[in-house]
Amino acid sequence: MSDTKKFLFFNRKAPYGTIYAWESLEVVLISAAFEQDVSLAFMDDGVYQLVKGQDTSGIGMKNFSPTYAALGDYEITKIYVEKESLEERGLTLDDLQHLVWEDEDEDYAEKDSIRLVSRAELGDVMAEQDVLFNF
Amino acid sequence: MKFTIQVNEGPYQHQSADSAYHFAKAALEKGHEIFRIFFYHDGVNNGTRLTTPPQDDRNIVARWTELGQAHDIDMVLCVAAAQRRGLVDDGEAERNGKDATNIAPGFRISGLGQLVEGGIQSDRLIVFGD
Repeated sequence: MSDTKKFLFFNRKAPYGTIYAWESLEVVLISAAFEQDVSLAFMDDGVYQLVKGQDTSGIGMKNFSPTYAALGDYEITKIYVEKESLEERGLTLDDLQHLVWEDEDEDYAEKDSIRLVSRAELGDVMAEQDVLFNF
Repeated sequence: MKFTIQVNEGPYQHQSADSAYHFAKAALEKGHEIFRIFFYHDGVNNGTRLTTPPQDDRNIVARWTELGQAHDIDMVLCVAAAQRRGLVDDGEAERNGKDATNIAPGFRISGLGQLVEGGIQSDRLIVFGD
């Protein structure tokens, strides 16, 4: 398949409580195999998906948060986090996992994947996309 | 215009299943094409033929089957979501050693790649869900 489209996956829900976050991640990983231009965005309670140090032992559910750290290996390098959503929840970037990708063109230099954007800027990102998935 | 429709919610619990159906029907009536309807999350429950709603209520599953067959629409239940929730066709029953099937006519079970392909091949991907 030669067509390349810009895919943006919107993640708006907390990682546990409902299955949306986990099943969203499954689509994201599959889409990477289709060699599309994939970005992720986290807003509302979705920002909790990226919080570091998650421990699910008390609820008997799989902790799938380590998977986010593998996104760079899938060449998913654009992860937008909405600033207002973080602030509304008393979170900062320091509370989130440090997600990176390796830039082949610069001798595999490690670069940050997370881009902190305002609500208005996220609107601009959305406007650039071909396909929006909402989870 | 060519659409792919994604349905993320189960029937009766959530209006998304109804809204997606009404959208699909209206789009077809306007002469648009539906490349695929992809059922994900609890949306896979739209494809169980064992549903038995009260007689004075709409039959959401039968309605999908009718629409799908009338317009030859590719209606796909996500295999990963279907396995978690017990939606089974002949192939899945055999592979996973299940003693029954429940998939409704007009539906098939396949992978998430079908959703991604829908996004690539269609002019618009419309998501129905929370």
